[in-house]
Amino acid sequence: MHRLELRIGPVSFRIGSAWQRPLDQLRRLYAGYPPAETPCDFTVRLEPARPWRRFVRPSLTITGDYWLPDTAPLPLSLGLLAAEMGMNLQMALGQRRYLLLHAAAVEREGRAVLMTGLSGAGKSTLAALLGERGWRFMGDEFALLGLDDGLLHAFPRAVSLKNEALPLFAGVVAERLGPLLEGTPKGTIRHLRPDREAIMRMDEPARPVLILFPRFGADLASAVRPVGAAEVFVRLTQASTNYVALAERGFAALTGLVTAVPGRAIDYANGGEAVALVETLWEETR
Amino acid sequence: MSAAAVARLLADPGSAAEVKDWTSILAAARAESLAGSLAFRLKGMTLPEKVELLLEDARTGAEAGRTQALWEAEMARRALAPLGVPVILLKGTAYAAAGLEAATGRSIGDLDILVPREALPDVERALLADGWEWVKEDPYDDLYYRQWMHELPPLIHSTRDRMIDVHHTILPLTARPKPDAEALLLASIPLGDGLQILHPADMVVHAAAHLFADGDLAGGLRNLWDIDRLLREFSSRGYEFTVELRERAWEHQLEPAVARALRLARALYGTPVDHALAGRRQATDSLFLRRLVARDGWGRPTRRGLRFAFYLRSHWLRMPPLMLARHLWRKARR
Amino acid sequence: MAGPRFVADPPEAVRTVAIETLTALYHRPSGTTHILAPPAPQILEALAGRPGDADALLRRMEERFDLASDDAPNAVAARLAELEAAGLVRRA
Repeated sequence: MHRLELRIGPVSFRIGSAWQRPLDQLRRLYAGYPPAETPCDFTVRLEPARPWRRFVRPSLTITGDYWLPDTAPLPLSLGLLAAEMGMNLQMALGQRRYLLLHAAAVEREGRAVLMTGLSGAGKSTLAALLGERGWRFMGDEFALLGLDDGLLHAFPRAVSLKNEALPLFAGVVAERLGPLLEGTPKGTIRHLRPDREAIMRMDEPARPVLILFPRFGADLASAVRPVGAAEVFVRLTQASTNYVALAERGFAALTGLVTAVPGRAIDYANGGEAVALVETLWEETR
Repeated sequence: MSAAAVARLLADPGSAAEVKDWTSILAAARAESLAGSLAFRLKGMTLPEKVELLLEDARTGAEAGRTQALWEAEMARRALAPLGVPVILLKGTAYAAAGLEAATGRSIGDLDILVPREALPDVERALLADGWEWVKEDPYDDLYYRQWMHELPPLIHSTRDRMIDVHHTILPLTARPKPDAEALLLASIPLGDGLQILHPADMVVHAAAHLFADGDLAGGLRNLWDIDRLLREFSSRGYEFTVELRERAWEHQLEPAVARALRLARALYGTPVDHALAGRRQATDSLFLRRLVARDGWGRPTRRGLRFAFYLRSHWLRMPPLMLARHLWRKARR
Repeated sequence: MAGPRFVADPPEAVRTVAIETLTALYHRPSGTTHILAPPAPQILEALAGRPGDADALLRRMEERFDLASDDAPNAVAARLAELEAAGLVRRA
């Protein structure tokens, strides 16, 4: 088994793979990240879907400490994506120290904005964009809520960007982009490594001050609507994979969050409008 | 051999100071569903900070799991109370409900209960009326479960998403040992809330039966840990537990299974066992031991040939040969 | 027609947080979280550790809370059924 260890925020992963290539791609994508803190929190394994699939039209299954039965194998060409999915799976099924919110997060001056809602590159792209516009990127898939401190802890993994969103990032250094991956469940994607600030400051938590429910639509007019705390609570529990496992501490942390932090739904037709809305609303929370 | 290292740590928590590769220990423990048990065993030991954090995570998860398992038992109790039939909790949920050592840190899966065979239709009706539904849809599987297995087809609760397995004896009707279901019910012990647990000696016999005659040893390391914990706790209660265990093993025609369980627990966990009951060591004990620790530091199952042999054996024990051939044929055609 | 008697768990068994007009409730015995709208939280309070049938419940609630509805008996019966299904009240 080839092996790579990686730390993203407070979580260290040991990733094993039957093939070297996906790990080489992963190592390049996560260049500059701090070394893993052993023992690693989770183990991910990329294994041949069947023994002969190590060589013949190679395809892999994603497994590890935590796994789901009956997952479809992926071709080796998408090994990098498989590794990312494997790490997500460990977090989703095994994280017990922080309340996992399925949300993107960015911060400025120690005050963080959470962006949550349905899966789709909407919040990922927005968070990545804000990261390029002076905000510190804290994560696009999982936001980690501290159970005792009520703060958001960063999990700045590489952002998976859909092909259509790539032109928005034309200015980034090429070295921060992963390989072009075609034929993924979300079409053609590329990963973007968060910038130096996001990596350097990944161990600094931030106080959540705003919860946004972004909605992107080419024909939508820019709009803001309040979202009631009860609705925010319900939507966040539905989007959290480990809320139940955290029992009463999870309840306390989440009720604490929604009663202290306002929720807003925002509609926008393009990245520029989105950034403007986020900045305005964030200012209002002072 | 990381699963063997996990067993050593469980048996001797003091040896934690010698562990170099905790990542592998945790991967093997998780794969064997022993992370919670291990974490509680190591509570209080002086360990590196990161190790302590991860073990605390395992304890957190185990506690939440225990609450959910006990709640599931309570909801089954509420659904079945009006029937006035005995409902006996089995396995992990029983250990937790009875406050036994075996429940500490244990991961608990589905709810398993034992009821009298005559009560099955009423129990089925009551559960379906209270929000449980069938899991499998294949009529062949349904017939197999009802006619030949020792349980109703699996049920899952529609809103809570938790499974319940309703048994009327502890081994499939087609298996060669024939345990005495009525004796199990008669000897059962009330918990005080309407639910029952097996008599301690029956609990150990059931654990041994489940380990050998009912499965292919998957999860065997955990089942043997259960047996170690149960034996130590029951033996310490001051009465002649060994005598009762021998009697029950004989009554249920499961002496070889119980004897082997004792020998393997002694070999893996240093469990103090009665030499007469454990019997003489058999050549096949080493095969069993090798199968039980067949897990590497990545959490991968090892010894594929040996595992397959045990898989075949488990079906062989459950079904007469002709049925087995037909069953495997049916499964392969899916 | 009084119907069956119900009881809810004592106050120590739950933890509540008011969120706007609703109540977020953590039920310790089950580990489940519920969002409840009036009169559900009031029903639970009225039955906490004190069994009662639908009539007794209605009386207790009229004494303690402001029940502004002619349809109170039906509403209470419906909420009781929901609370039983959720595991928050049980037959006594």
